[in-house]
Amino acid sequence: MYTHTLAELSKLLNDGSISSVELTKLYYERCQTYNSELNCFITLTPESAMESARTADALIAKKQNGPLTGIPFAHKDIFCTQGTKTSCGSKMLDNFLPPYDATVVKKLGDAGMVCIGKTNMDEFAMGSSTENSYYGPTKNPWDVSKVPGGSSGGSSSAVAARLIPAATGTDTGGSIRQPAALCGITGLKPTYGTVSRFGMIAFASSLDQGGPMTQTAEDAAMIMNAIAGFDVNDSTSLERENVDYTTNLNDSIEGVRIGLPKQYFSADVDPKTIEQIKDAIGLYEQAGAKIIDIDLPNTSLSIPAYYVVAPAEASSNLSRFDGVRFGYRCDDPVDLLDLYCRSRSEGFGNEVKRRIMIGAYVLSAGYYDAYYLKAQKIRRMIRDDFQSAFKEVDVIMGPTTPAPAFGLNELLDDPVQMYLADIFTVSVNLAGLPAISIPAGFASNLPVGLQIIGNYFSEPSLLNLAHQFQQTTDWHKKMPEGFRS
Amino acid sequence: MKYETVIGLEIHVQLATQSKLFSGAATRYGAEPNAQACIIDLGMPGVLPVINETAIKMAVKFGLAVNASITSPSVFARKNYFYPDLPKGYQISQLDLPIVANGSIDVQLDDGEIKTIRITRAHLEEDAGKSVHEGYGEHTAIDLNRAGTPLIEIVSEPDIRSAKEAAAYMKKIHSLIRYLEISDGNMQEGSFRCDANVSIREDGSSELGTRAEIKNINSFRFVEKAIDYEVERQIDLLESGKKVTQETRLYDANKNETRSMRSKEEANDYRYFPDPDLLPVMFSDELIKSIEQSMPELPDAKRQRFIDELGLSVYDSDNLTASRELANYFEQALAIATNAKLTANWVMGEFLAALNKEGLDISDTPVSADMLGGLVKRIDDNTISGKIAKQVFDAMWNGEGSADQIIEAQGLHQVTDTGAIEKLVDDVINANPKQVEQYQNSPDDKKGKLIGFFVGQVMKTSQGKANPQQVNKLLKEKLK
Amino acid sequence: MTLDRKQIEDIAMLARLSIKEDDIPVHQTELGEILKMVEQMKSVDTDAIEPLAHPLEIDARLRPDTITEENQREKNQKMAPQTQDGYYLVPKVIE
Repeated sequence: MYTHTLAELSKLLNDGSISSVELTKLYYERCQTYNSELNCFITLTPESAMESARTADALIAKKQNGPLTGIPFAHKDIFCTQGTKTSCGSKMLDNFLPPYDATVVKKLGDAGMVCIGKTNMDEFAMGSSTENSYYGPTKNPWDVSKVPGGSSGGSSSAVAARLIPAATGTDTGGSIRQPAALCGITGLKPTYGTVSRFGMIAFASSLDQGGPMTQTAEDAAMIMNAIAGFDVNDSTSLERENVDYTTNLNDSIEGVRIGLPKQYFSADVDPKTIEQIKDAIGLYEQAGAKIIDIDLPNTSLSIPAYYVVAPAEASSNLSRFDGVRFGYRCDDPVDLLDLYCRSRSEGFGNEVKRRIMIGAYVLSAGYYDAYYLKAQKIRRMIRDDFQSAFKEVDVIMGPTTPAPAFGLNELLDDPVQMYLADIFTVSVNLAGLPAISIPAGFASNLPVGLQIIGNYFSEPSLLNLAHQFQQTTDWHKKMPEGFRS
Repeated sequence: MKYETVIGLEIHVQLATQSKLFSGAATRYGAEPNAQACIIDLGMPGVLPVINETAIKMAVKFGLAVNASITSPSVFARKNYFYPDLPKGYQISQLDLPIVANGSIDVQLDDGEIKTIRITRAHLEEDAGKSVHEGYGEHTAIDLNRAGTPLIEIVSEPDIRSAKEAAAYMKKIHSLIRYLEISDGNMQEGSFRCDANVSIREDGSSELGTRAEIKNINSFRFVEKAIDYEVERQIDLLESGKKVTQETRLYDANKNETRSMRSKEEANDYRYFPDPDLLPVMFSDELIKSIEQSMPELPDAKRQRFIDELGLSVYDSDNLTASRELANYFEQALAIATNAKLTANWVMGEFLAALNKEGLDISDTPVSADMLGGLVKRIDDNTISGKIAKQVFDAMWNGEGSADQIIEAQGLHQVTDTGAIEKLVDDVINANPKQVEQYQNSPDDKKGKLIGFFVGQVMKTSQGKANPQQVNKLLKEKLK
Repeated sequence: MTLDRKQIEDIAMLARLSIKEDDIPVHQTELGEILKMVEQMKSVDTDAIEPLAHPLEIDARLRPDTITEENQREKNQKMAPQTQDGYYLVPKVIE
């Protein structure tokens, strides 16, 4: 039962083969059984989950259900859930019970989904390994000595181990796609402005975007149908006509032009990973797609630009954590300055403090032009590169990450090496484009992710291409051993 | 040594919106602490700002009223600093692309000279909260009700040369924002306050001296006093061979002095950058045109119209347009009274005197504009004399009803019946043979003065009700 | 790019983070390496390029001026570290 996709579970709930209460119990038990090993969850919410499940069953009985009604899932602990701890992986928010629900939380609740917990993450979404969590690292279910990726590593690990059929994630520089790739699941980062950021604790506002982490592209489309759309509470949310993301899943992919940037297949990339990606692209070619070599000349600049823009916005976004109105406050502050400095130093972890300091520095007097403004200009160059590419091709493909999952603690003391692993994901955020990562085989017994990048609002095509791939391959059905009780 | 004073003002005007600049919380003054601080104002994790359309339109109105250009796109930026009354750790303000740029306003000085003060810019920003330092022991108490309230900060060029000019400029801006109905301008409640940048330099020098910024001045009187004090202080420093230091100072109205503010100013680096939660605000020509059309007549235009179309003197027009309330009162009274000069005299004379005497605002007047208009109309159509009118005004002030009601009730109609007046005139002539003789024997050019005695007597016996023109005419005929 | 001790202290102060005297060299190394990586940007000629603050260059949508929030003080202050009479309390600020 626990290996079913959302689409399958939806049918089973609908025809009465199983109830939401039964399903919720089943997944909750799996979470309880395996969380000690994987540490995917910061919080489990069995009581409210059972209540939602009972409500869902009542709706199903009355035939008032939607496609997602009654299906359990989990939220990344960055989404505010009213009355339920929302820590963002930080000691700073260890005691934080939001007085409101994020828009995404409200929307999935309205769709009848049953939230059974909040998943682990790098503190304030800063990281690529989920090792920067106050609650300890999450493990990769394919090899528990490896990281699950990050920052949405709790979500990717839990979905990969089938502790839950789907989860939400957020992606600022690859935080949905990279953990999806490293855990062998499907992760979609939508076009900036498609999914409301209201109630999603901000890391870097001009880059952050929430999205689904699922077993299949079809499931991602189902979640997108529930969470995408305009929100009056988010000024950067786009007013567009409603899109049904499932409509184009079965379109033919014949004649689709696929661009392969030479920078994504360079010598720095793990050869076994490249091999798997080339095999995957071969399948597209067999299905009638046209493969075209392209150039994204400024790819290498995306890391430096990103590591200026993101910390700059973060340093400002995280100023609100000052020990005054919510969150951690140090003991016995002697004066205001002491209250600020100690609350923040004790409440934030090392990576967060590092990025706050970088951000403060690049915005400070005398450095703004050389760093922040320069990065914003390079941001335009990167966006323009993509726009020229999309004149020749419909989508761009390559590996999601330069290598499969690395070992726990392997890069913890080398932040720059850790940052460089984001090379194929961050440029997408700088440009605000949509991209999906799907399972495309294994390298050294670890999952490899294929990234498909499209132009603005091309999610239906990305999902179509991913879905068609998943009709002819079974990588997305592979499940790690040891979680099959 | 002679010195020239150079002053630039930054005026903060709280906009009269219902809700805050970036949230739907109320802006009402005087609520319970933090009762009007919603999750957005509190900077809760995950919340986002959405711009209030009315605040934007109000800022544009101000810009158009001072002949400024409206910047499109206009961009909001974050000003980063830590302070307990600043919940997010940054204030959403504007830096590079303020909504209003390059305007100017004409200010009339005491000697009648008109001086143009340039306005560098006016930008929109959110207000901070309030700190209470007393009553909480070793703590400061924070109320964030005011946090997020929309302000425009109006920055002048250093064109002001004296404390009096500064006050005149501040008054003019105050009058303008009230005309535009973009702020209540309430200075006690902090809706209108200013910072003054003051420096001095040797007469004839073109370089600016080191300036001190005097913060949070909330009255016209204080702006004058604070600047006067500060100029004296700076002159004393220079005269004694010391230097003025660039710093922020606070005006203490009780002691009438400015003093240095130590804590807030430790080398601030605000790290401004465009707020990534907000997109640039664009203004189409149509939008600006529609805002322009919704604007009321501005004081300078109104003043000119009073002179040109109503035939009022410059002096009267200046006074009547000094505040929107007074101008409105006058125009409303005039709509009934129809005689502009007479209405102006009554508004500025009897009416303002009565308000002053009782220390009332126009909004508190017991004599409405309609009532005053009704009274002036009765003077104008000769129903009552000016003298009786004063009596009627007092009765209206005391709540005895409208002019017509009082005239009726007290029988104050002017006597215009020729027969009745003739009898009164005859009685006075008969009772004063000596004066009649004196009048008749005096040369023509003295007669005008002597007739006054008879008019006075007639008016007295008629208790002021006889029509003075008719009395005059009859007396002249009968005394020939 | 290396940052001296004073710069590290200034940045920490701007960000309201307290750092231990002994840790300054670690921060110098870490921040220095990140800045070195970032400085690849320097070699790029960007003179003719407009900065891009936002991926989607669209303009702001404005909200109508209506009161939509009611008093939620009790709820909002539930997890505040220190409050009294509806106020948030902080150590005394000297102005």
